[in-house]
Amino acid sequence: MSFTIYVPCDSSAISLGANRIATAIANEAAKRNISITIIRNGSRGLFWLEPLVEVLTSAGRIAYGPVQVSDVTSLFDAKFYEGGDHLLALGLTEELEYLKKQDRLTFARIGKTDPVSLEDYINNEGYKGLTHALNQTQADIVKAVTDSGLRGRGGAAFPTGIKWNTVLNTPSEQKYIICNADEGDSGTFSDRMVMEGDPFVLIEGMTIAGIAVGATQGYIYLRVEYPHAHIALNTAIQKAYEAGYLGDDIQGSGKAFHLEVRLGAGAYVCGEETSLMESLEGKRGLVRFKPPLPAISGLFGKPTVVNNVISLASVPIILDKGGDYYRDFGMGRSRGTLPLQLAGNIKRTGLVEVAFGMTLRELLYDFGGGSASGRPIKAVQVGGPLGAYLPESQFDTPLDYEAFAANWTVLGHGGVVAFDDTANMAELARYNMEFCAVESCGKCTPCRIGSTRGYEVMDEIIAGQALDKNIPLLRDLCNTLLNGSLCALGGMTPYPVLSALNHFPKDFGIDDQANTAV
Amino acid sequence: MTESNTIQATVQSIIDALKDKPGALLPILHGVQDTLGYVPSDSVPAIAKALQLSRAEVHGVISFYHYFRDTPPGKHTIHLCRAESCQAMGGKDLEKHVKERLGIDYHETTADGKFSLEPVYCLGNCACSPAIQIDKEVYGRVSADSFETIINESEALA
Repeated sequence: MSFTIYVPCDSSAISLGANRIATAIANEAAKRNISITIIRNGSRGLFWLEPLVEVLTSAGRIAYGPVQVSDVTSLFDAKFYEGGDHLLALGLTEELEYLKKQDRLTFARIGKTDPVSLEDYINNEGYKGLTHALNQTQADIVKAVTDSGLRGRGGAAFPTGIKWNTVLNTPSEQKYIICNADEGDSGTFSDRMVMEGDPFVLIEGMTIAGIAVGATQGYIYLRVEYPHAHIALNTAIQKAYEAGYLGDDIQGSGKAFHLEVRLGAGAYVCGEETSLMESLEGKRGLVRFKPPLPAISGLFGKPTVVNNVISLASVPIILDKGGDYYRDFGMGRSRGTLPLQLAGNIKRTGLVEVAFGMTLRELLYDFGGGSASGRPIKAVQVGGPLGAYLPESQFDTPLDYEAFAANWTVLGHGGVVAFDDTANMAELARYNMEFCAVESCGKCTPCRIGSTRGYEVMDEIIAGQALDKNIPLLRDLCNTLLNGSLCALGGMTPYPVLSALNHFPKDFGIDDQANTAV
Repeated sequence: MTESNTIQATVQSIIDALKDKPGALLPILHGVQDTLGYVPSDSVPAIAKALQLSRAEVHGVISFYHYFRDTPPGKHTIHLCRAESCQAMGGKDLEKHVKERLGIDYHETTADGKFSLEPVYCLGNCACSPAIQIDKEVYGRVSADSFETIINESEALA
């Protein structure tokens, strides 16, 4: 009898030794004459338990973790391949509370399947959305996406259906679908997990988008920092071509869609859609003026849909189960689910896909278990390096686009980075200005020069120099950046900087009374 | 054939294979850097000619993107994450240790040519901070001790 063992191929699992563990398991099995099959699955997203090894039993998959190479011998002694008891045994994977409490729609398959097996994909509900789409009119596909209430998951939260509708109704011989896979925000990894853990779902989502708006060419603009995702995507794209899911005649429908991965080159600003298109055209990633909207004049001047990985990967389930199904999750105008990413100083880091509406506190403590260091959580940055820091008093904010906006905070791409009480918020504010200086494309003066002046002023503030002059100067500078920049890099760097100043004035050497809010 | 001629021939074959793609410049620059480890400045005229661009435009693109470099890197390139999540987990201490251990700052290469050090702003390994990448391998929850083990392994491979 042969046993099936799962060892993730997700790059975070690999970063903790998953490849070495897979090799050690194979070697130990050979030594003991035990027949096993190792499947390299995606990650379940329970990163504090990675590398998480699973075995298939008649009762379901049983998890062990975090596994180190030194545990492999004792795992075999305990007959883990039959589900035997061991110190690292966690029980049935599906019964783990962290997973059970989630609403996994976009991440339904991730961690369960072999990411680059088309057979696995199809056996687990894959390509059902495309099959439905091929039997619908273009307008009906767009309507399903509009009805679902899906909003851009990259951070801007623009309704996806409206964007698609504009491209559909803009006549052109050539249109494009671009997947923005330049996931540069610190604290975010959901795009990476999709591309490494279920690349076919992204390919399917882009194919549906292409058919819906009449685009025959798609590009995935992938950041160069994701080499594992690059390999997974290219492997999956090749298999999709071979099986007729990409190409000139998709599944005999006569409809064409071609797809290619293009690599970025380490520029954060290229996550901004117009800068991304400049980069795809082979230029410096300078931000463009809008209008014209990319939906009307985008890549090479043609109508272009630019969507984030998670937005596009959510499309297949919407087309499969209907817009209403997806819309029934969530609250207010934030419909569906958001894959949140718990990172930084958190005990149970990981991927948490839940319907909009849970509070930040529930996420941090019920899922996250508090800080990793055991010290109090001082601040949480939500929404990447352009997102505000939230103090404890704002932890009851529901995870909802509008509720966050009302606090002058942003939900963004759903990255959540926790800091314990050893963090110095003035140092972080200085870093935010420095990051803006490093990554500014240079088009807008407030961003290009203001960011450098910003960290210089922060250096003086940190040294305690002329605070009565420098604090108002910092506020003034932030105001200029906020109102004088074309894109979110310059326009939102003030969010982390000012939230740090407003909520943690002591770190800036001033007392609460002297500090005036924005 | 001189070394310079070999480089030119390599660059030309990459250009020929990719120049007809729409927006070919980045794919060509990646091709050159993947093969040679950097984009030599004397490859710029050939790239510019093939794409009907000015040399200034090609140079401008190379210098815009942090990833492209115009000098040869060390045998291994270490990308150390400076972003917030890694900072929340002791990234700054790790940064200090790495710089001291290697005796170099960012954008520099050790005297023995073994390691180059580059900053990176997020490796997407934020659930396992702090993170570094050596060549194409990512490492998570890196400490001063585990960094020692990692670079010793890399040195052994060198």
